[in-house]
Amino acid sequence: MPSNPWGSGAGSDPPDLEALVRQGQDRLRHLVPGGGPGGVLVVAVLALVGLGAWTAYYTVPSDSVAVVQRFGKYLKDVTPGLHFKLPLGIDKATIVPVKRQLKQEFGFTTPGATDPYQSPRGGERETKLETEMVTGDLNAALVEWVVQYRISDPVKFLFEVREPSETLRYVSESVMREVVGDRTVDEVITIGRQEIESEALTKMQALSTKYAMGISIDQVQLKNINPPLPVQESFNEVNQAQQEKEKLINEARRDYNKVIPLAEGEKDQRIREADGYRLKRINEAEGDVARFSALLAEYSKAPEVTRRRIYIETLQEVMPGIRSKIIVDEQTRSILPLLNLDTRKGDQP
Amino acid sequence: MKIGQIATLAVLGIGTYVLMSSVYTVSEVEQMIITQFGKPVGAPVTSAGLKIKVPFIQEVNPIDKRVLEWDGNPSDMPTKDKLYISVDLFARWRITDPLQYFLRLRDERSAQSRLDDILGSETRNAVAKHELIEIIRTTKDRVPLRDALLTDAERKLDMGSLVPIQKGRKQVEQEIFAAAAEKVRVFGIELLDIRFKRINYNESVRPKIYDRMISERRQIAERFLSEGNGEAARIRGNRVRDLNKIQSEAYRQVEEIRGVADAKATEIYAGAYNQSPEAVAFYEFTRTMQSYKSIIAENTTLVLSTDSDLFKFLKSMTPGGDVDPVQTPGARR
Repeated sequence: MPSNPWGSGAGSDPPDLEALVRQGQDRLRHLVPGGGPGGVLVVAVLALVGLGAWTAYYTVPSDSVAVVQRFGKYLKDVTPGLHFKLPLGIDKATIVPVKRQLKQEFGFTTPGATDPYQSPRGGERETKLETEMVTGDLNAALVEWVVQYRISDPVKFLFEVREPSETLRYVSESVMREVVGDRTVDEVITIGRQEIESEALTKMQALSTKYAMGISIDQVQLKNINPPLPVQESFNEVNQAQQEKEKLINEARRDYNKVIPLAEGEKDQRIREADGYRLKRINEAEGDVARFSALLAEYSKAPEVTRRRIYIETLQEVMPGIRSKIIVDEQTRSILPLLNLDTRKGDQP
Repeated sequence: MKIGQIATLAVLGIGTYVLMSSVYTVSEVEQMIITQFGKPVGAPVTSAGLKIKVPFIQEVNPIDKRVLEWDGNPSDMPTKDKLYISVDLFARWRITDPLQYFLRLRDERSAQSRLDDILGSETRNAVAKHELIEIIRTTKDRVPLRDALLTDAERKLDMGSLVPIQKGRKQVEQEIFAAAAEKVRVFGIELLDIRFKRINYNESVRPKIYDRMISERRQIAERFLSEGNGEAARIRGNRVRDLNKIQSEAYRQVEEIRGVADAKATEIYAGAYNQSPEAVAFYEFTRTMQSYKSIIAENTTLVLSTDSDLFKFLKSMTPGGDVDPVQTPGARR
C-alpha cells in the first residue's frame, strides 16, 4: 500500500487498520446465513489471507526509496525493486523519489506538472504577487525564478518537517527577496543576475540545512526579470538612449575617419611632390651647370668669335618670327615719330 | 448448535473489538496525549510504535511532533517613514510541551490563530518602528555593482547606489522573533524562527513609486543622449583640429623641401657661374641670348638701328672703323 510521499498517510494509519478489520467482520456476517459454520470460517480465513496477500508486497521504482514504518515506528529504508512487508496496515511503506530532480517555479507555471508544489498555487494573482519585489534602492522589479532540488534524506523529509515542500517555497521566496533587497534595480535587471543566483543558492542551502528538511538545493536559476509594467517603457527609453548615444558617437567617428586618413595621404602626396621638385631643381641645376661649364671651357679658348656667333645665331633664330621690324639709320632718326604705332595697339605685348 | 455458533462469533467479535480499542499506534511524526473522560492522564507518549491503553475509557489525542509552518496573511501596515506596505511573514514552530498545548489550545487551528494574533501585532510594532529600507536591505555596507556604461551618468545623479541602513532585515526579523517567542511559550509552543516572505508597496503607493522610477530612467536616458552628443562634438572638434594639423604640417614640410631645393640649385648655379669674372660675363651673355628667344614674340615691333651689330653691315662693309668689337648689341623694343 504505497502512499504518495506528499500525502498525510502517516496520520490516518491507525483508523485504516480498524477499517480493515471491520470490513472483515462485515464480510463474515454476510456469509453466516448462507453456509455452515465450517464454511463461514473457511471463507473468513480465505478473505483474511487474500487481503493479507494483497497488502503484503510493494514495488519501489528505480528513482526512489521506500521508508518502512511498523506500527508507525520507523523501521528501515528499502532500495528499488519488489519487496514484502507485514500486511493489514502493520507495515507501511512510503515511497520517496530521492533520485528525481525536482523543481519549484516562482512567478510562472509550466503546465502539466505532477508535483503540486512545483508551480505557484492560488492562480494568477498569487503568481503575480510572488514576482513583485522591492530592490535596495527602493525601486520595484518583477522576478521569476526556478529552484532545482532533490530529497537527500527521506527520513528527515518525512518526519522532521510537516510540509517540507511548502516550507521550501517560503524559504525560496524569502531568500530571493533578501538577496534582491540588497541590490539596485540595475543589478537585478541586468548586471547582477549571476551574483543573485549564486548568493540565493548559498543562502537557501544554508537555510535548508538549518531547517533539516532533508532537501538539498542544487540550483537557483533566474528567469524573466522585468521592471513593473508601467515602468517598462521608460527602461526601454534608456536602452534606446544608450543605442542613440552609440550611434551619435559612431557617426562622428565615421566623419572623422572619412576625412583624416585622406588628409594624411594627401599630406604624404604633397611631401612627395615637393621631394620630386627638389630632385628636379637640383638635377636641372646640375645639368645647366654642366652645360654651362662645358660651353665656358670652349668659350674661353676663343671668346670673341664665340660671342659673336652666339649673338648672331640667336638673332637669326629670333628675327624671322617678328612680324614688324623697323631698321633705322642713325642719320634718319627723325622719321621715327611719324610711324603710326597705334595701328598695332592691340598687338602690343 | 446454531446459538453456540453465534455465541462463538459474538465472543470473537467482541474480543477483537476490545483488543482493537486497547492498542494504538504512534507514528514517528506524532505524540499522544492520553485522556480519560476528556482529562489528560499520565505523561504524553512521545516514542513511536504499538502502545497499549485502557480500552473504551481512555482516548488518544495525536499531537504533531514535527516542525510546523505558519503562513501569515499579507497585511498592509505603515512603516516609520509613513509608507504603506504589504507584509507577508512565515514562521516555523514546534509543540514542545504537548500537555500544555493540549490544555490551552486543544487543536492546531486555535494555535494558528494565536500565532496570527501574536505575530501579526509584533510585526506591526516592528514595522512601524523602522523605515522601509531597514526591512528591505540586509547587508549594511554592500557596494553595488555598476554598469560600466552607466557609471558616469549615475555618479552625477547619485543613482545606482543603495540606501544606507542602520539595522537591516535580519535584525528586524530578530526583534519580531524575540518578542513573539516569549509570548507563545505559554502555549507549549516553541517559535523556531520567523522570516519576511513578501514585502511590497501597497497598491495606493505604487503609482508614486512607478512615477519616481520613470523620472529616474528618463534622467538616465537624457544623460545618455547628451553624453552621445557631447562625445560626437568632441570627435568633430578633433576632426577639424587634426585636419588642420595635417594640412599645415604638409604645407610646412613642402615649403621646407622646396626651400632646400631652391637653395641647393642656387648654390649649384652660383658655384658654376661665379667661378671667374669671365664666367660671370659669359653667363650674363648667354642667359640674355636665351631670354631673347622667349621675350621676343611674333607681335613684337623691333626697331633696330643700322648701328647695331647685326645690321651694321647694311650701310658699309666696315662700319665706323673705331667700332668696339665687343660692344653690347643695342636692341630696343
